[in-house]
Amino acid sequence: MNYVLRRRIWAAGLIVAFFAIWEVLCLALGISDLIVPRPSQVFATLVERFPVLIPHIFQTLWTTMIGFGLGVVVGVAIGALIGTSRTAYDTCYPLLIGFSSIPKVAVVPIFVLWFGAGPVPAVLTALAMCFFPIVVNIATGLATTEPELEDVLKSLGASKMDLLLNVGLPRTMPFFFASLKIAATFAFVGTVLAETVASNKGIGNVMMSASSNFDVPLVFAGLFILAFLGVALYVLFSLIEGRVLGWANRRTDLAAS
Amino acid sequence: MACETYAQDNPALHDAVVLSQASVAFGRPGAEVQALQTTDLRIPEGEFLALVGPSGCGKSTILKLASGLLRPSSGAVIVGGREVAAKALRIGMAFQNPTLLPWLTIEKNVMLPLKIVRPFRQDFRAKRRGEYRDRVHALLDDVGLSKFANHYPWQLSGGMLQRANLCRALIHEPSLLLLDEPFGALDQFTREELWGTMQDLWLKRRPTVILVTHDLKEAGFLGTRICVMSARPGRVIDDSPVDFPRPRTVAMTFEPEFVALNQRLRERIIAARSETLQGAEA
Repeated sequence: MNYVLRRRIWAAGLIVAFFAIWEVLCLALGISDLIVPRPSQVFATLVERFPVLIPHIFQTLWTTMIGFGLGVVVGVAIGALIGTSRTAYDTCYPLLIGFSSIPKVAVVPIFVLWFGAGPVPAVLTALAMCFFPIVVNIATGLATTEPELEDVLKSLGASKMDLLLNVGLPRTMPFFFASLKIAATFAFVGTVLAETVASNKGIGNVMMSASSNFDVPLVFAGLFILAFLGVALYVLFSLIEGRVLGWANRRTDLAAS
Repeated sequence: MACETYAQDNPALHDAVVLSQASVAFGRPGAEVQALQTTDLRIPEGEFLALVGPSGCGKSTILKLASGLLRPSSGAVIVGGREVAAKALRIGMAFQNPTLLPWLTIEKNVMLPLKIVRPFRQDFRAKRRGEYRDRVHALLDDVGLSKFANHYPWQLSGGMLQRANLCRALIHEPSLLLLDEPFGALDQFTREELWGTMQDLWLKRRPTVILVTHDLKEAGFLGTRICVMSARPGRVIDDSPVDFPRPRTVAMTFEPEFVALNQRLRERIIAARSETLQGAEA
């Protein structure tokens, strides 16, 4: 426990040091706040404008969560299909890789064309950004099931569904949570991307209009909010992961307790 | 045929597994690799058959045929009076790698077949869960693992995992138990201990067992009959009953009769191995 505490103090210390050096550098080099505002200015802006920012924060948060949720559903479904069937794997993979290689910025205008500016393109962009890592991880987890274990269960008359529910999906959980952490941050990127291109609400939109007004501290305040939301989501999944996956992290946690 | 005499001498026994002119070949037509030559093999109910032979000789292929996981390229495989299809059978299997699920306790791991095998799975959710748990505990008790029911696999040693693996293979009371070198990765002492455990389990329940092994002592200790297979493509080249009294002990494996049997089988295998080496050189 002592070790964990020390690690946390170091992590917090690094964050504080990062802002302190930033602040000092800006002051020492006399950098204008039109180019890089000092962290203290950014925090001041953040506090001052917070009531105005709240609806935007919620807008970004819920569009991201919906996009992310849909991304998880789609990702798990496609991953399960590809991971259990060799044919599906060979058939679908080229198309999936092709799709995931498309820069999502290029897709946003198409979504806007179809659904108009607003939350729908943001949700769809978040989905498009985040489902692929989930697909890859689920498929990998399923495809690496021990063949002997499959033989044991098949000789008991297990169907593909039995295998998937009793062995495949549980053993994929560590892969799944690893991908969730990546996917959650990707989903934020997707939402903000869509908001900067076409939306009148959301953090992305706030940053866009702030930068056109040369309100650089507000732009940075937007960045801070996004970073905070990303970290919060990451922590949330880490906590859930710790609860669900005690068996996979046994050496550090369970053995000590 | 040599391999049929044992069964014919015991007409009261039914056949649990029959390989009738069965052969297996892998690969594309024209470039096939023969894994098992045309083989006739009858395994009466309640028999403990040990299959020995050089590596890659098709021992595991026979197991896969009996399990229904593999279809013969020609001939027929009849298990429990019917031609095999994996779905219809009640089979227990255990491999060298215990493959217990790391996220389940030993108790839940052993219970897994009851969640899947047909007559049990309907009852599993509702009323009989407690009854099934008792059954798991009785079985774990038989192998000396009752204290570890709520442990996770990573907390157990290799020998204990293999005991749990045997329990998982037996919990649904299979009439046919297929073992593919289950003790192969264990140290000598643990292995000998597990022979004793396996013998007790078999004497108590009397399933038909096919044990693939490369350990002649193990074959002699556990088997009621030993079949020696030639090198690939495999066929049965020696078929001998083993009628030492039970329960057998490890001390018994040092007695002259046992050693003589061991020696004879050893020579057969060495001869079979050198045949292929010469064949490969020629």
